[in-house]
Amino acid sequence: MQFSEQWLRSMVNPSLDSEQLGHALTMAGLEVEEMTAVAPAFSGVVVAEILSAEKHPDADRLQVCAVKVGAEVLQIVCGAPNARAGLKAPCALVGASLPGIAIKQAKVRGVESFGMMCSAKELGIATEASGLLELPADAPVGQDIRTYLALDDHTYTLKLTPNRADCLSIVGVARDVVAMTGAPMTAPAIQPAAVTSGLSRTVQVDASSACPAYYGRVIEGVNAQVVTPDWMQQRLARSGLRSISALVDITNYVLLEQGQPLHAFDHALIHGEIQVRFAQAGESLTLLNDSTVTLKADDLVIADAQGPLALAGIMGGSPSAVSDTTATIFLESAFFTPDVMAGKARRLGLSTDSSYRFERGVDFGNTLHALERATALVLEICGGQAGPVTQVLATLPVRQQVRLRHAYLCSVLGIDIALAQVGRLLTQLGFAYTEQQGVFQVSAPSFRFDIAREEDLIEEIARLHGYDHLPALTPVAMQGMLPAPEARVSKHALRDALVHQGYQEVVTYSFVDAEWERTLYGNSQPIALKNPIASNLSVMRSGLWGGLLDALDYNLKRQQSRALLFELGARFGRSADGFVETLTLAGLAYGSAQPEQWGAPARAVDFYDVKAHVEALFTQPLRFVAAQHPALHPGQSARIYQQEQAIGWLGKLHPQWQQHYGLTEACFLFELDAEAALSTHVPAYAEVSKFLPVRRDLAVLVDQQVSAQAMMDEVLAANIGQLQSVKLFDVYQGKGVPENKKSLAFLVLMQDTCKTMVDEEVDAIVARILQLWAEKFAATLR
Amino acid sequence: MADLTPLIAEAVQDFAACNELPALENAKAKYLGKSGAITEALKGLGKLSANERPAAGAAINVVKQAVEQALNDRRDSILAAAQAKQLASETIDVTLPARAQSSGGLHPVTLTLRRVEELFHSIGFSVADGPEIETDFYNFTALNIPDNHPARAMHDTFYIDNGSDRLEYVLRTHTSPVQVHYMENNAPPLKIIAPGRVYRVDSDATHSPMFHQVEGLWVDEHVSFANLKGVVQDFLQKFFERDDLTVRFRPSFFPFTEPSAEMDMSWNGGWLEIGGCGMVHPEVLKHVNIDSSQYRGFAFGLGVERLAMLRYGVNDLRHFFNNDLRFLQQFIK
Repeated sequence: MQFSEQWLRSMVNPSLDSEQLGHALTMAGLEVEEMTAVAPAFSGVVVAEILSAEKHPDADRLQVCAVKVGAEVLQIVCGAPNARAGLKAPCALVGASLPGIAIKQAKVRGVESFGMMCSAKELGIATEASGLLELPADAPVGQDIRTYLALDDHTYTLKLTPNRADCLSIVGVARDVVAMTGAPMTAPAIQPAAVTSGLSRTVQVDASSACPAYYGRVIEGVNAQVVTPDWMQQRLARSGLRSISALVDITNYVLLEQGQPLHAFDHALIHGEIQVRFAQAGESLTLLNDSTVTLKADDLVIADAQGPLALAGIMGGSPSAVSDTTATIFLESAFFTPDVMAGKARRLGLSTDSSYRFERGVDFGNTLHALERATALVLEICGGQAGPVTQVLATLPVRQQVRLRHAYLCSVLGIDIALAQVGRLLTQLGFAYTEQQGVFQVSAPSFRFDIAREEDLIEEIARLHGYDHLPALTPVAMQGMLPAPEARVSKHALRDALVHQGYQEVVTYSFVDAEWERTLYGNSQPIALKNPIASNLSVMRSGLWGGLLDALDYNLKRQQSRALLFELGARFGRSADGFVETLTLAGLAYGSAQPEQWGAPARAVDFYDVKAHVEALFTQPLRFVAAQHPALHPGQSARIYQQEQAIGWLGKLHPQWQQHYGLTEACFLFELDAEAALSTHVPAYAEVSKFLPVRRDLAVLVDQQVSAQAMMDEVLAANIGQLQSVKLFDVYQGKGVPENKKSLAFLVLMQDTCKTMVDEEVDAIVARILQLWAEKFAATLR
Repeated sequence: MADLTPLIAEAVQDFAACNELPALENAKAKYLGKSGAITEALKGLGKLSANERPAAGAAINVVKQAVEQALNDRRDSILAAAQAKQLASETIDVTLPARAQSSGGLHPVTLTLRRVEELFHSIGFSVADGPEIETDFYNFTALNIPDNHPARAMHDTFYIDNGSDRLEYVLRTHTSPVQVHYMENNAPPLKIIAPGRVYRVDSDATHSPMFHQVEGLWVDEHVSFANLKGVVQDFLQKFFERDDLTVRFRPSFFPFTEPSAEMDMSWNGGWLEIGGCGMVHPEVLKHVNIDSSQYRGFAFGLGVERLAMLRYGVNDLRHFFNNDLRFLQQFIK
């Protein structure tokens, strides 16, 4: 909503300057998004008349003018092409200061000049000008141009919230200024026009619940070619509307002033009675913007005997539009209910000043009033004779009484506001009420569509009391402690665990390139967006590796040579009845295992580095089982298990994708269900043995393909009582070990909780282990 | 008996010539070995008369002690020299860089959220979360947002393609639906914050299609609008570690709160918009079966990137999602 400050001040003029008025509007909930001066500061410019213009003796393009600026006549040299005798234009007197120029007496090519004739650009009220600003013939010579053009004005742009449709007009904003300042309303009174024509048109409203009030009247003998008066053009322009024609300007003017959209039809182009009805499927209409719409059965139209004339409350049709040749108009002012209007304009891709207002609610108590206002303006500007008003009324909305409890109001807001003050504020708002024992019964006026419950009134009182006058109070509450589950790891601790291992956290988009899903996750049916912002952000990620690889790529292109990255975020999948989101912790390692340094040999990061990073996140041991993943090297990828539960993947990026992503070195990736790492256990004490453990080291030869994990699992599965742990501590291949074999060295710890173990017992356990390995893995002691 | 005294000087000289322990032991033999001069002299005492013996013995002992002293001194000095040499050879350049580990860090959005969570936790708020793919119901309807509200338009909200024309699932446009889930599953009094990712169809220098919000909700019997202002002001003062920060409320409109306000924070002599808030709308409470005649609540939503930008002086929103290590590593602490 854009409007001229002076227009507003013509209706209510509080003793606030322009800045203060803007602030007051903002703090009352009518946010002033922008306030721009109509003209920059300047002084000493008056309305002047050129009495004569003679060619400059020494310059072809200059004229020497005699200029009347009041009682005085000045000699002024002027280069404007339109300077001519009889023209009225602004003149900056000697001593005037214009934006960027101070006017002095000067000699121009040898001729004295006592001032400067001005263009609109020189006054700073236009960005381009081709000559002097031409003023009307009746402009009073000598008057300050700021006064004459009302340049001490601002354009306010309000960012209105959808509940405040009542402020989509000058009258509406003025009403709110009255409510917030108490200044008197000085809006001009509107009188019904004298009916001097018998011409009328019947109206049939079929859709009376969608259009409970319809007023129309014929005005004959109008001059459609008259030029819109300057004052009206000026107010429209400063409110963001271009002048089109007098009749259209008048309807726009009333729309802005009263908030009531109107429509003027060319009476001669209407056939038969006006009907207000829903469209019949298949009907179509060519609109004022020359687009043709095919109507649906829930589109409300204004029609005549031949079909639709206008989309009710949205836009008129071009066949019945007023034009230069229009002599008789049918002027419509109606109330279309928000319920019916909501969403229609958007569906048709048409949002107009009219539909915007009807969707949000137009004052149904002002429909006739606005018609009379428009009639008066038509008669004044275009002439003509007004016919009688045709009106069709049905059941208008009824404003229910809303209860407002004074005590509740104070309690919700946390302030004390006197009962009498609440009454005063309600009155200032134009709300009718009764009050008994601190309980108000309030009826909202017809222009308010947002007062249906007690909270709506509380908001109104708070707003006028002033949100900035509300205290900031610390709440008083019961101080119960929050639960602190010890077996839970916080997400922050999980992140820290990776940070401490050198990983940098990144945040990547949840929507990704469909190609990443296909290549990295073998997901050819990803969850897609209907309206992605870009084709490479079109599907929801089913894993986080794409984003990590993208972040890696971004940094490699900026001369980074290594990176340890992680992200904690949701991955998305489908479930039987919708979607499932899994909090996922994923990481990437690329480049050297350690930063480049003198104290350690350079070595590329490998599977076991990243395996250690993953294991460090868990207190319980994980199991890594060789498995295949579309993104990973088939010989260097593992499914990760916690107990029997598969919780993630670890591996080397498949060389194919490594090449595809243009990576010169190997890249290692992991991805875990974060939940697995977020639960731990509360420590529970177990007896510490008084007896020392016995250690035996066993080195065995096995085939190269044998999994060390499988060998250890085999031993643990045998449930050997005194066996405490089996750990691998060396792997050897090379001299002394046959080809395709490897030597694995295990550390076996044994302990008895009741006694010191004797050699025979230890030897028996060792023998048992070797036997298990021999049978299952053909292992031989080295 | 011959006077042994000259042996002392001789021994000192011999010992001094030794620079290592084995040589010194060899030199020692000449004086104190089995057939060393002093040992021999002691052996010769037996040949003396009982009268001569004490004086002669005493004289030999003086020499012996002197030689032994000289030997020990020399031994100590050789050891000390050896140790000094070893220490010198073991001296390192302590200014060389440490054996380097990678230094990791948290994303500034995480740092900010962690701070937000800690501050609210200190007055008893729990952290709640909810899905990012939401149903239309939770994202809009349950929050009292009408069917034809402009926020539901495809130019504002991302919709999931479910193979039909129906707009059933959205990427949540705010963290407010978490309120609804939480209130459905927990009885008041309630105090939660809900941080998380949100999505809007918007992408330019100052808008990201994905960003973070933190939602706050306090439902209890007597919480007020003034309390809301108090909590937000307290938070901002603690978050920015500035006691002079104040909060200004401006009337606004959100379908899920009433009264509603935009929150402005005093900043460098002006006001900065920091989020929206209000008293939970009774319709929202009704959706989750909370009796609005007994309970009421307030809710607020803050933009996390906005907080991070102000806190750390970041001037471009796009930094947060480029994941440039040169940017991210500024936040290592």
